Amino acid sequence: MMHFIDRRLNPKGKSLTNRQRFIRRARTQIRKAVKEAINDGKVADVGHKGRISIPTKGLNEPRFRYDYSKGKHDRILPGNKEFSTGDQIKRPPKGGEGQGGKKASEEGEGEDSFQFSLSREEFLEVFFEDLELPDLIKTSLKEEVDFEKQRAGYVRSGSPSNMDLKRTMRHSLARRISMKRPGNDELDELRAEILALEAKGRKTQKLKDMQEKLELLENRRRFVPYIDPLDVRYKSFIKIPKPNTHAVMFCLMDVSGSMSEGMKDLAKRFFMLLHLFLSTQYERVELVFIRHTHLAKEVDEETFFYSRETGGTIVSSALEEMKTVLEDRYPQGEWNIYAAQASDGDNFASDREKCLGLMNEAILPFCQYFAYIEVMDEQELEIFKDEQNMTDLWRIYAQLTESFENFAMRRVVKPNDIFPVFKDLFSKEQAKKA
Amino acid sequence: MVQTQPKQQPLYEGAEWTFKKLDLVFDAIEEIAKDELGLDVYPNQIEVITAEQMLDAYSGIGMPLMYNHWSFGKSFVRDEFYYRKGMRGLAYEIVINSSPCISYVMEENSMTMQALVIAHAAFGHNHFFKNNHLFRQWTDAEAILDYMHFARKYIGKCEERYGVEAVEELLDAAHALRENAVDRYSRPAKLSHEMERQRMEARQEHERTSYRDIWRTLPEKSKDEDEKTKSERQEQIIKKLGLPEANLLYFLEKHSPALQDWQREILRIVRNIAQYFYPQKQTKVMNEGCACFCHYFIMNSLFDKGLITEGSMLEFIDYHTRVVAQPDFDDPRWNGLNPYALGFAMMQDIYRICHSPTEEDRAWFPDIAGCGEGISVLKDAWANFRDESFILQFLSPKLIRDFRLFQIHDNSALPHLKVEAIHNEQGYRKIRSALAKSYTVSAMDLDIQVADVEFDGDRALTLRHMVHNDVPIEGKEAEEVMKRVAQLWGYDVGLYCEDAVNGKILATYDITLS
Repeated sequence: MMHFIDRRLNPKGKSLTNRQRFIRRARTQIRKAVKEAINDGKVADVGHKGRISIPTKGLNEPRFRYDYSKGKHDRILPGNKEFSTGDQIKRPPKGGEGQGGKKASEEGEGEDSFQFSLSREEFLEVFFEDLELPDLIKTSLKEEVDFEKQRAGYVRSGSPSNMDLKRTMRHSLARRISMKRPGNDELDELRAEILALEAKGRKTQKLKDMQEKLELLENRRRFVPYIDPLDVRYKSFIKIPKPNTHAVMFCLMDVSGSMSEGMKDLAKRFFMLLHLFLSTQYERVELVFIRHTHLAKEVDEETFFYSRETGGTIVSSALEEMKTVLEDRYPQGEWNIYAAQASDGDNFASDREKCLGLMNEAILPFCQYFAYIEVMDEQELEIFKDEQNMTDLWRIYAQLTESFENFAMRRVVKPNDIFPVFKDLFSKEQAKKA
Repeated sequence: MVQTQPKQQPLYEGAEWTFKKLDLVFDAIEEIAKDELGLDVYPNQIEVITAEQMLDAYSGIGMPLMYNHWSFGKSFVRDEFYYRKGMRGLAYEIVINSSPCISYVMEENSMTMQALVIAHAAFGHNHFFKNNHLFRQWTDAEAILDYMHFARKYIGKCEERYGVEAVEELLDAAHALRENAVDRYSRPAKLSHEMERQRMEARQEHERTSYRDIWRTLPEKSKDEDEKTKSERQEQIIKKLGLPEANLLYFLEKHSPALQDWQREILRIVRNIAQYFYPQKQTKVMNEGCACFCHYFIMNSLFDKGLITEGSMLEFIDYHTRVVAQPDFDDPRWNGLNPYALGFAMMQDIYRICHSPTEEDRAWFPDIAGCGEGISVLKDAWANFRDESFILQFLSPKLIRDFRLFQIHDNSALPHLKVEAIHNEQGYRKIRSALAKSYTVSAMDLDIQVADVEFDGDRALTLRHMVHNDVPIEGKEAEEVMKRVAQLWGYDVGLYCEDAVNGKILATYDITLS
């Protein structure tokens, strides 16, 4: 009788190793394709649509084969409609869909590019290769540590619920064998023999010997118990302090009139990259969006990126708001705090001192990392190329770079800059320096 | 089919399958396969898998327990991509030539599909694997699973010891020669896991103790040696090596001066697996024809007995028709002759010739026409032929007419293609032999051999490609492959292409290691 085997619950992903090896092999091409995907301005899709097309170069598997475009062949084809023997037919154009249709299948193998999908993890891994968070874990793990239970071998004492039966029985068996504890079979046999002899009614020496032996064995059994407290083992668990795996990311943006849509778009791309990057490093990443003109407000993502606002520019208002949110919801020590600020660099001159003060005292000391991105269009870049000619905010923040290693600032002009700048900020060497 | 028994209750209704229904249907199919068709099969082992597992199974060229290599990952990501996009469906089953014969069927299949797949794979293919002479001679169904297990473990161990990169490099090179790794003329020894291990140890022992005359760096020179004796010596060695040798991987495994023992062993593994697939290549039409004939016969018989409903039967016919469809050459779906279509049509045709022959059939097939023993004629054909000889023997004029086959002669030197033969009295034999020829081994694989090895000088290895009908080798790829040959040989290698008729050298591909 035949029986069917249900393999559906067997582990899938048997091809995982092969898949990873393929990706390693195609690494250079994949990396290039990923970069192009970003430069094409598809950051919003990054990590969701991991569809990748790469050239087959370096991935083909060559073999000796015929070049069917040359030489003499005889082919048998089905579906003759109008031909008779001896007809001359014009050669169908190469690769075309002429009257000859497609050529035989052996010829259709010249694939130029190779399309496949990367999983989100694979995509991000390639995407953020060589990048590392500076100061990944809170330097001072104070009282906020989480604990995780982890198995740690076996111990001789513990609660009954943790008893390891297998281990215990193994010890018991070993001890019983070494101490020669008589087994049930042996005793039963002896008793049966004694009974048989007793039934005969004669008290022979043999019977007496056997009775003595039985007594001896029974005593031995009493001395060597089936399970001794010595045998018992318990599973041991220890508590392992777990590093804090929550992070919060503050997105600060100037939305005043001077910020054009293009600039906002640049900023958005940068925020997205950072968010994606943080989500690969932390279990949970919370987002806080703060936008400001002369007034700052915490808003949701939609409003943050798309709603319009007019007004002057006071950067400190946003920093103030961030400070409040930090104090209210993200007590220091329990959260890894990241912030990215995007602005065109305009600020009221009178706001300088306040900004500096807030950054110095209330924000930078608690942040894991603070990145300032100055977005501008190409004309502005010409103007601000000169070191002397800096925007207000740039000038203020430049003073911070010396005292704070967790602060970085960069300029971004076009979408193509985003990834290099990002990479520059988080490259592994950078992280080492920090 | 004869219909005598009273109608029975259908074994199942609806599309959902359960293990209980599968058991019932399997038993019914087995009864028909054994009693009505008289099939002789390996014990069956049928495993239900998910679509994802089917994708997994694809990537190891259909073998469970395939060793790891990036190229399998490549085919996996491609198949997965096409499948997810809905551009390509998955096979409904995969069947493995082993004993027990393992068939994988997909969870997504409807109950009717499962019945069809069981009839097709677990009985049709299974019978073919067990009885066809090529499979009997060239493959060892009992041992293949063990051998794959051994190969996977061995390669895994090598990766641990010598590094993944080194093994990968070697496999890349070996895979390039996969199609030139078959002993065409002598039967391979039986595989056995234990024997493999012992042989491996013996090989190591032999390496240690034996002295390799050929690879001595300083050849012994007798005082009076002159050019003549040198060439004699060369001739002798060539004879000793059994040149010319068409099994390139075998030659490299045995004689390459650059390889270590474990590398030789891996070449052997690649070679053995290539050998295992060799019969499948030569019996595609027959194998599928046999399986399609069996499932068609069995499903009809189930229906005649009333064991499946009319709805199931319609579902089956719809699927079957799509599988055995043959688009015309000018159809956008044209992708060569469909082995399922040709195979199934030929099997049905043979059955027809045996049971209701026409005058033409009697003239063409006097031995079998009207003999009334269709099934046993078919079983005999399944056992003793391969595609090439099968077509040459059994392709009937009626089928040539039905398919409206015609022969095109394509000479790339001329501007026009010529219609050589069509489905008429003068054309039948021509078409039949031309079609048979296109299924020969030489039409699929190139004629490449190890021609010469230079021992006294630079140890160069020379391969020769005999060019038939002016069809040359694909140059760019040939160069790539030669680089890999050089990697395996360790010294200079060259390939020259010689016209088989006039002996002219048409092209050379040399790799010089500096």
